[in-house]
Amino acid sequence: MTTIEAAEPVIQLKNLSKTYGEFTAVERLNLNIYPGEIFGLLGPNGAGKTTTILMMLGLTEPVSGEAIVCGVDATRNPMQVKRKVGYMPDDVGFYEDRSALDNLVYTARLNRIPEPEAKSRAMALLERVGLAEAAHKRTGTFSRGMRQRLGLADVLIKNPRVIILDEPTLGIDPEGVRELLALIRDLSRNEGLTVLLSSHHLHQVQQICDRVGLFVQGKLIASGDIDTLSRQLDGGPSYRIELDVSPWSEPLLTALRGVEGVTDVQLKAGDEHAEASLQSAAGIATVVVSGTSDVTAELAKAAIASGASLFGVRPLRYGLDDIYHRYFEGGETRERLG
Amino acid sequence: MSAWVNKWRGALGKTWRRTDAPSAAVREPRAASPFWVMVQKEFGDHIRSWRFVILLGIVTLACIGSLYTAVTALKDGAQTIGGDANFLFLSMFTVSSSGLPNFLTFLSFLAPLIGIAIGFDAVNSERSKGTLSRVMSQPVHRDDFLVAKFVAGLLLIAVVVFSLGFLVMGTGLYTIGYPPTPEEFGRMIVMLLITTVYVGLWLNLSLLFSVRFKQAATSALSGIAVWIFFLVFYGMIVNLIGNALMPGDPSDVQGYMDAQNLLTLLSRISPAQLFQEAASTLLLPDVRTLNPFVTQEQAYLAISSPLSFGQSTLLVWPHIVALIAETSLSFAATYLLFMRQEIRSRS
Repeated sequence: MTTIEAAEPVIQLKNLSKTYGEFTAVERLNLNIYPGEIFGLLGPNGAGKTTTILMMLGLTEPVSGEAIVCGVDATRNPMQVKRKVGYMPDDVGFYEDRSALDNLVYTARLNRIPEPEAKSRAMALLERVGLAEAAHKRTGTFSRGMRQRLGLADVLIKNPRVIILDEPTLGIDPEGVRELLALIRDLSRNEGLTVLLSSHHLHQVQQICDRVGLFVQGKLIASGDIDTLSRQLDGGPSYRIELDVSPWSEPLLTALRGVEGVTDVQLKAGDEHAEASLQSAAGIATVVVSGTSDVTAELAKAAIASGASLFGVRPLRYGLDDIYHRYFEGGETRERLG
Repeated sequence: MSAWVNKWRGALGKTWRRTDAPSAAVREPRAASPFWVMVQKEFGDHIRSWRFVILLGIVTLACIGSLYTAVTALKDGAQTIGGDANFLFLSMFTVSSSGLPNFLTFLSFLAPLIGIAIGFDAVNSERSKGTLSRVMSQPVHRDDFLVAKFVAGLLLIAVVVFSLGFLVMGTGLYTIGYPPTPEEFGRMIVMLLITTVYVGLWLNLSLLFSVRFKQAATSALSGIAVWIFFLVFYGMIVNLIGNALMPGDPSDVQGYMDAQNLLTLLSRISPAQLFQEAASTLLLPDVRTLNPFVTQEQAYLAISSPLSFGQSTLLVWPHIVALIAETSLSFAATYLLFMRQEIRSRS
């Protein structure tokens, strides 16, 4: 992460604000996105995610502040920005009585790519997003998932440096989501694309994002990688480790408590999972250990030294769900982290 | 506005350069500018659409009908009038018999319909299908999008109007066996040009509605409402105003003339009126003036003969200018409205 942040940011938002009459859609937003990272813009509906994206593309003018994308002011020079940035709008639409190939070639030609090259590029991209057989079908017959994948191909045909995806996973079945996200991740990793995606689907964002920004009521209330966020969320213990041990005994408890840095050890109550109850039947107990530092190795040593068998060690993280919930539940604005 | 004019100039310059130096073009295929790519796509979309086929059907029927009217009328009329073979070819477009409408009537009736049909969903359908925001996120000027819609529509209209005009001329020639003089041909061409401008005006109005209204149905209805307003009610309103303005004293010649002039001016705000006057002046060389009043002095010594082509054109020149001005005005309104709108997906 540090190596990425050392570079010049690809997208720089400085004090960006947008109001519609009385309503403030985006309020003094500061955000840096660095080359090669996948940034997730996370927030409930109506939080101002799409407005922020539109301002980055110069499609709408901010009231104050500036959006600098690839070193260009997006408000003053939208054309230059739009050459380098691919944008997939939320619920992307295509010309329904034209084929998928025609739609892609049209986009390519709008980017001044000569027709023969546009065709070969479009075919390659359709292959890549798994729509090669549907290349000559009318897009009117496409399912939502197919449209979304075609949207990705449409974004990529201009060879962008940055791609911005607005709610890319909305309305697709889980398998489709998985494929789409794998594709996005692949693009970012192998081609060094910077990806900004907005979503209100936490789990999906969690899977592939390097960093996320939490966006509520036009304000970025937190940003950072998921570890930072989860640590920041809970004031006290920053690390939690889950251990599966057998047999569970008092000496083991004291041994674990004795490890330096451990603040709390709690036996996990048998939960509803069938698997868990099976485990407890076999005498395996699950404990959650909280610590101020990463004590995983020491805990394992202590457990084995006290004569117990260790079946599993899992560092616990807060899921984005928890983070999301805490922030939105708490309602109050917390200090901005990023 | 000047921005796109410059761009256009640039695009034209490029095509010229290409013809100047074909070898350079072969070496490095130059990609067409996004503007012409859009025009090309729009034009293709129009031609493929069902709506166009239906329109073409209606217009073709109208042409056949008017031709039939003209031929019947000419057959009857040839015996009654007799001898006057002057502008026989042109009269094919203006004569009518037994209440059937002639070509000109059909044209002035259908032209707005063509314009409205081509433009009413130009912008709002792209918006509701989510393609507008996708196109706008490409390196395309926002005004280019609108201008491309207009240019593609106008090109299509020109093609339709001219092909229909030539079709009627050709069939007429075949049927009556009387060839047009170069002057008659020239008059026809200018008349078709004016028709194109006139349809272009309606296209622009419907574009304006398609930018303003999110629903295609609302925009179509507004276009039709304006059309009916000018077709039916505008004349009534002008008459109403006229009756109120007429001086009570019948000997007040000056007052009477002033009122009448104002009335003519008012009625000429209507594009339908402008088109009607311009087209009929061109097709009927006998029309010597479009003023409601000719004073004794003006009429005295005037040679009672048809006007020459140049003089007829001169007579309708203000009409043509006014039509173009109205087109520009509604385009400017569309342009302003569109540039101020925010483009979000599907809203």
